This record gives sequence, C-alpha cells and structure tokens, in this order.
Amino acid sequence: MSDELLNLSCKELRDAIAAGRVKSVAATETVFEQIEKYEPSVGAYISTFKEQALTQARQVDDKITKGRPIGALAGVPVAIKDNMCITFGATTCASKILENFHAPYNAAVVERLLAADAVIVGKTNLDEFAMGSSTENSGLKKTVNPWDLSRVPGGSSGGSAAAVAARMCFAALGSDTGGSIRQPASFCGTVGLKPTYGRVSRFGLVAYGSSLDQIGPVTRTVADTALILNVIAGHDQKDSTSISEQIAPVCDYLEKLDEPPKGLKIGIVPQLNEGAEQDVRKAIGEALEVYRNLGVEIAEITMPHFDYSIAAYYLIATAEASSNLARYDGVHYGYRTPRPNDYIEVYSKSRAEGFGGEVKRRIMLGTYVLSSGYYDAYYLKALKVRNLIRGDFTKAFESCNCVMMPVSPTTAFKIGEKIDDPLQMYLSDVYTIAANLAGVPAISIPCGFDSKNLPVGLQILTPAFTEEKLLRIARMYEKQNQWHLKKPALIK
Amino acid sequence: MKNIINEKQVRAVAKLSRLDLTDAEVEVFSRQLSSILEYVEKLNKLDTANVEPLAHCLPVSNVFREDKIKESLGVEKTLANAPQRDGEFFKVPKILDDSSGA
Repeated sequence: MSDELLNLSCKELRDAIAAGRVKSVAATETVFEQIEKYEPSVGAYISTFKEQALTQARQVDDKITKGRPIGALAGVPVAIKDNMCITFGATTCASKILENFHAPYNAAVVERLLAADAVIVGKTNLDEFAMGSSTENSGLKKTVNPWDLSRVPGGSSGGSAAAVAARMCFAALGSDTGGSIRQPASFCGTVGLKPTYGRVSRFGLVAYGSSLDQIGPVTRTVADTALILNVIAGHDQKDSTSISEQIAPVCDYLEKLDEPPKGLKIGIVPQLNEGAEQDVRKAIGEALEVYRNLGVEIAEITMPHFDYSIAAYYLIATAEASSNLARYDGVHYGYRTPRPNDYIEVYSKSRAEGFGGEVKRRIMLGTYVLSSGYYDAYYLKALKVRNLIRGDFTKAFESCNCVMMPVSPTTAFKIGEKIDDPLQMYLSDVYTIAANLAGVPAISIPCGFDSKNLPVGLQILTPAFTEEKLLRIARMYEKQNQWHLKKPALIK
Repeated sequence: MKNIINEKQVRAVAKLSRLDLTDAEVEVFSRQLSSILEYVEKLNKLDTANVEPLAHCLPVSNVFREDKIKESLGVEKTLANAPQRDGEFFKVPKILDDSSGA
C-alpha cells in the first residue's frame, strides 16, 4: 500500500484524496515513515513538522468529508527550502547566523501553498544562504545524493531535490539564483523549474542575489511542476519585481500540457555541448533524437556570449549578496557574538562567527567589486556583459522556440571533490547561470543515466513568461520515456 | 604568480564588510579571490563600449501604491528575535564615548 501511495504523483494523490479514496493523514503518515527510514542516511531536512502536518492533513480530510471546497494541492505533503520564511518553525538558511530565527510572517509562496491546502512536512537543507552548487556549504548539516550516498545532491536546493528523489515528500520548493533548482534536480533525477524572473513572488524568500533569485518547484513529473506553478505563480503587491498579470497573464499550466506545441523548432549550441562529459553528451544527444523522431526541427545556433556568463554572474551575484547580507548585524535578529568589546565588534565578530567560509568569500568579493576604483572595471562591466548575454537569447528566440542543452557538464560529483577550490565549483554552473542573467525560464528534466547509474538532466530554455509552452515541450519528451519513474536503489 | 588582491587589500575589504577575519582566512581569501578575479578578466575580451548595463531583466520601473496605513508587526513580534532587548528596545553596547564630554 505505502509503495503504491508513494508512487502517486501530486496530481494523482490530490485527486485520490479529493475523491475520498486516500486520506491525507495516510499520505502524510507514509511520508513520515519514509523520513524515519531514509532521512538518517540522506539528511535532506533541517526541520520537520510532524504534529502540525498531521493536523493540517486531518483538517483537509475533514473538509472533504464535509463536502467543503478544497485547494489544488489538497492534502499533498510538500517540503520547502529553508530560505523561505514561515511562522511555524525556524528559517535558518542553513546558517549559524539564523539558526534560531523565527520569522514573523510567511513567505508569499508558503501562504499560497497553505491556501491550496498543501501539507507542509518540513524544511530542506541548502548551501548556506543558497550560495553553492553541492549543499556542502550548509552550516547545519550534510545532505547526500539518494542515488549514490558518496556523492553530492547538487545545490543549492540539494535538500529539496534529495527529499523528492527519496520520496520523503511528494514535491518541494527550491530557489534558483544561478542554477540552484535545476542542477540539484538534474543530479537527483527529478524535474526542476526556474520560472521567469518576476513570475513567482520573492516576498519572504531570504535574499541572496535579488535581480536573479526566483522560487520554483522540484517534482517527479512535469505535470506536478505545472500543478505547483499554478499555485505559486502570480503577482504579489509585496514584491515590487513580481510582474503584473496584465503584462504577463498567468494561465492554467496543466490545461494543455499534453498537447505538443505546433511548429516547434529547437535551437542547440554544438560548441557549448562539447564542454560536457561524454555520458552527458550522449544522453542529451539521445534526448534530441527523441524530439527529432517526433518530427521536431533542430537547428544549430550560436550564443557567442554564453561562455562569459559565469564571470559576469560571480560579479553581479556577489555584489548583490554583499549588500543583501549587510542586514545581519547582530543587532536586530540572528546570532550575536557573546562578549563584544565595543559596538563595532557586535557587527564584525557576530558576522565572522555566524557566517561560513563561502558566504564570507562572496561578501568579500562583492564588496571588493563594488568598492571605489573597481566598480566600473568589474561590476559595471559585468552588467554590460549581462546585456550581451540577454541579447544572445533574444536572437536565439527569433529563429527557435526553445534552446536545449545539458543542465550540468557532469553528473553528481563526489562529496569533497570540489569544496577546496571555489572556482572549480563555480565552473560547474556553466549551463545554468545564463537563464538567471537573462531572466528567462528554464527546466531540468530527467533524460537518462551515465555509466555510474547517476541521473542526467536535459535543460530546456524558452522566452520570458512562456512557461506554458516550456512545460508542454518538456512533457512531449517525458511521455516518450520512463526515466522519471526510476527510483534510487536506496529506496527500492 | 602575484595575487591580484593582496593581503593588505583583503584586510581593507574585510573592514568594509564588517568581517573579523583570522590571519589564516586573510591568506586563503587573498589567494582564492585572486584566482576568481583572474578568471573574470576574460570579460575584458569583450568590447562593451556601446552596450548599456543591464541591472534588471524586467520592464518594471517604479511601483507605486496608495499611501494607506496598514497593520504592522507590532513591538512584540519585532523584538521576538532580538539577541538582546531592554523593554521595548534593541539593546546594544554603548556607542558614544563618555570621555568626550558630549
């Protein structure tokens, strides 16, 4: 029974709960059994809320018994990355500086999940303040990849992807500043969507790189990503960068999901794909073959500035981070050093003791590139290159409906392999960063396995605010194969 | 090879960032930040003389709303996470020096 239940997608589970065939309480209990079984080895969660989740589940079941209206995620157990604020537990950002922080409000996405009657089971691990590509920068715990416990789950939303892959929730939210949803989704064999910048409210998301951050779903199927996007997408008065629905209407992303878009033309950048390891190239090549067999045209294009995206990103994101993280001052909330000698030390010692190495490194880099004498050479230059990168996308989308490429040049790497060389770690984001710089939506979907039986992700990118089409394109492929149904040996 | 950002500069940036770094951290950051800055030099291969900087991807400028009074968090919720408080205030070490006679 429990296996059968856990194999249901969010959509199927929600429908079963709505029809009274399954109780939300049963689904929630099953998820907590999974957590008890696998959390000790995977380490996906920073906190879980069993009592509260069961209470929520009971309330949903009760609504259904009484025939009251229910939400789009009624009774479905989901997890959220621990950089989104909640009022019913801590919001740590996997940082010692926020270890005991209890937010006075819920993030907009949390409000939306609750309004849709989702059951929130816990908060997932991440690289501290979402800075990293392996979740190894978490200041609070270690998460491993359910497919191979000696490897990283990817990052920074590694806890969300690992929890979904190990069936310790039915879906999760992540955040993506330079690939932090897509890369862990790819490493853990799940679907992960970074929506268009401005599609989902960032209110209550702890800021890292504000012009790049975006919240999105991590799920097992494309349909579940569509379902969750239906719940979280839309304008929010409290986020002035969330886009007006008059300018970019939100649609029902599930409605036409199974209809392949007409006249589809895929752009690929051959020189870019050559940078990936052989098994990844092979899987991507085979995925493109699936599209070709469906009668889709594939055209070779160039994106001459794509290769500059990492350099531009690590100047822009760190500059924004250095400003955003200035708020951790040891005064208003968060960690304060126990015995400061003066008020300056309240700042400088609290921050030194509270932040981990990668966060300090990025604050330092960002402060340096914004400092007098270096601003033009680094920060301004990076913003100009950002414009060129966006121009590459504009040009690509004049001739094609979407661009496809790998999510990551490699599959999941070994724990510890890159942690002492920050630049090598940054270079693993080569395919994902450009979407954040240009603001366009991008998805990672499972497209096979390498020779070590580790999942490979296919990345699909489309123009801003065309998530509906992006998901239909992804679904076309998903329908033709079974990759998304494979389970890690750990949980078989 | 010479570090692009030397230890003295690292200390200056650490001061601006309000981060008390250890000597070991200063040494490591000088090396690591230099290698990152060396990598980003590649941006200089691009001619951007006629390119506008792009700080933001969306076509939004100022966002206005009605200036209406709404409910705020209130003192208790605001102070709930304070590392130290004194009644209705955040408590911090003394900032002014008594000896100045001010």
